[in-house]
Amino acid sequence: MSVMVRVPTQLRSLTAESSEVEASGRTVADLIEDLEARHPGIKARILDDTGSLRRFVNLYLNDEDVRFLNGLDTQVPEGAQISIIPAVAGG
Amino acid sequence: MKHVRGLRCRECSQDYPIAPQHVCELCFGPLEVAYDYEAIAADTSRESIAAGPLSLWRYENLLPAPIGDRIDIGAGFTSLRRAPRLAAELGLERLWLKYDGGNPTNSFKDRVVSVALSVARSFGFEVVACASTGNLANAVAAHAAAAGMQSVVFIPAGLEAGKIAGTSIYGGRVVEVEGSYDDVNRLCAELSSIKPWAFVNVNVRPYYAEGSKTLAFETAEQLGWRRPDAVVVPMASGALLTKIAKGFRELETVGLLDEGPDVILHGAQAEGCSPIASAFEAGAEDVRPVKPNTIAKSLAIGDPADGYYALKETRASGGSMVKVPEVSVSDGIELLARTEGIFTETAGGVTISALAQLVDGGKITPDQEVVAYVTGIGLKTLEALTPKDTIKVGARLEEVERALEGAS
Repeated sequence: MSVMVRVPTQLRSLTAESSEVEASGRTVADLIEDLEARHPGIKARILDDTGSLRRFVNLYLNDEDVRFLNGLDTQVPEGAQISIIPAVAGG
Repeated sequence: MKHVRGLRCRECSQDYPIAPQHVCELCFGPLEVAYDYEAIAADTSRESIAAGPLSLWRYENLLPAPIGDRIDIGAGFTSLRRAPRLAAELGLERLWLKYDGGNPTNSFKDRVVSVALSVARSFGFEVVACASTGNLANAVAAHAAAAGMQSVVFIPAGLEAGKIAGTSIYGGRVVEVEGSYDDVNRLCAELSSIKPWAFVNVNVRPYYAEGSKTLAFETAEQLGWRRPDAVVVPMASGALLTKIAKGFRELETVGLLDEGPDVILHGAQAEGCSPIASAFEAGAEDVRPVKPNTIAKSLAIGDPADGYYALKETRASGGSMVKVPEVSVSDGIELLARTEGIFTETAGGVTISALAQLVDGGKITPDQEVVAYVTGIGLKTLEALTPKDTIKVGARLEEVERALEGAS
């Protein structure tokens, strides 16, 4: 499924300074693989060495934190909006 | 800034220059202010602090502060009070209350905002913003007004009327967002990359969060430069607990406190939003976010940014975490009011009920000297209480006598 992915400032050096890029994938994990193919290096910034979402990265599918869904196995519907957002904020 | 070396990632130790930036570009870890502790030690004494202003700025050497350009409307240096009647009721001997309702906008958030806005102004920002559960909104709007800066505060819909009125009165813009605090926070995190604003708890968060250390500094100074054995701290993001621990540690590092055992940290959350306490119970290293449903709205952060560190600090100190049942929040408020004459908000009710639970459970023992952090005033959250019935009479002596008969 092709979707738009919002990229935080911290990762824009990998997306030619674009704040929004396209990617596709059946699940969030597939989508990250596709992002990596298009923007090499981005995967290691989002996932840790064990392949899990980094502790301080939040991924949202539309308005929902994927941790409330099925994590990286969450299905990505056509036209969804994915946002990558640094977790350290607030309080 | 005096004695500040720069920013450093708490996770991977990457160094960054002083700038409005809160996240490591390599690992997304939180950036923290890095100090030159040797220079601070050489330049700071108990006497030099005592000669400073009666605000948190007496600890300027241990804060990220632009020299000579501070927004100080009197935040900090609040009272540390003995609580003999509450202590007796709980079976404790040496109990103190650090009561932050005496700040300019009546919560501890004035501390972090005084630091954040001073730094923001030195960076050249003209507009300050925040994501807030209410107390921070009050503090940002007030400090911005006093500094002649513009403010835009973002709050979740459905906050207590007192918190909204206590923000809008200062003339800034108040944006009520449909959704939870976590939704507001996420929105601000995204906005911060497109708006040229200082979001106090986003892009200037490393400086902002340092303000909370002053609760530890003051506690130590007001105890006569000693540490308490244990503290009880309310937790929303977990940053307050983490920074209080850091504050005590820094005082030892720069020689203001003698070497001694770590202060035992106890964290308190209301059951309806207790992701950090749940992770503690489960023995988990990471916090699983929750959807908050609590009367303690100022603690309603379902995805706490510093939960991971609050867990680490608490465990390392030998402390514990407590979930306070929702029905006990108002009990805690009433207990504190009835025994010590302090009317605190829901977060304070959580702290006092947690203190009682900790004593009951043997986690705090009567021989320990304890400080409970009561971080805000009760008048902003009247909705949380059911007012007691009053005695209604006509304006006649005999009616009063009759109505009060039998009452002591």
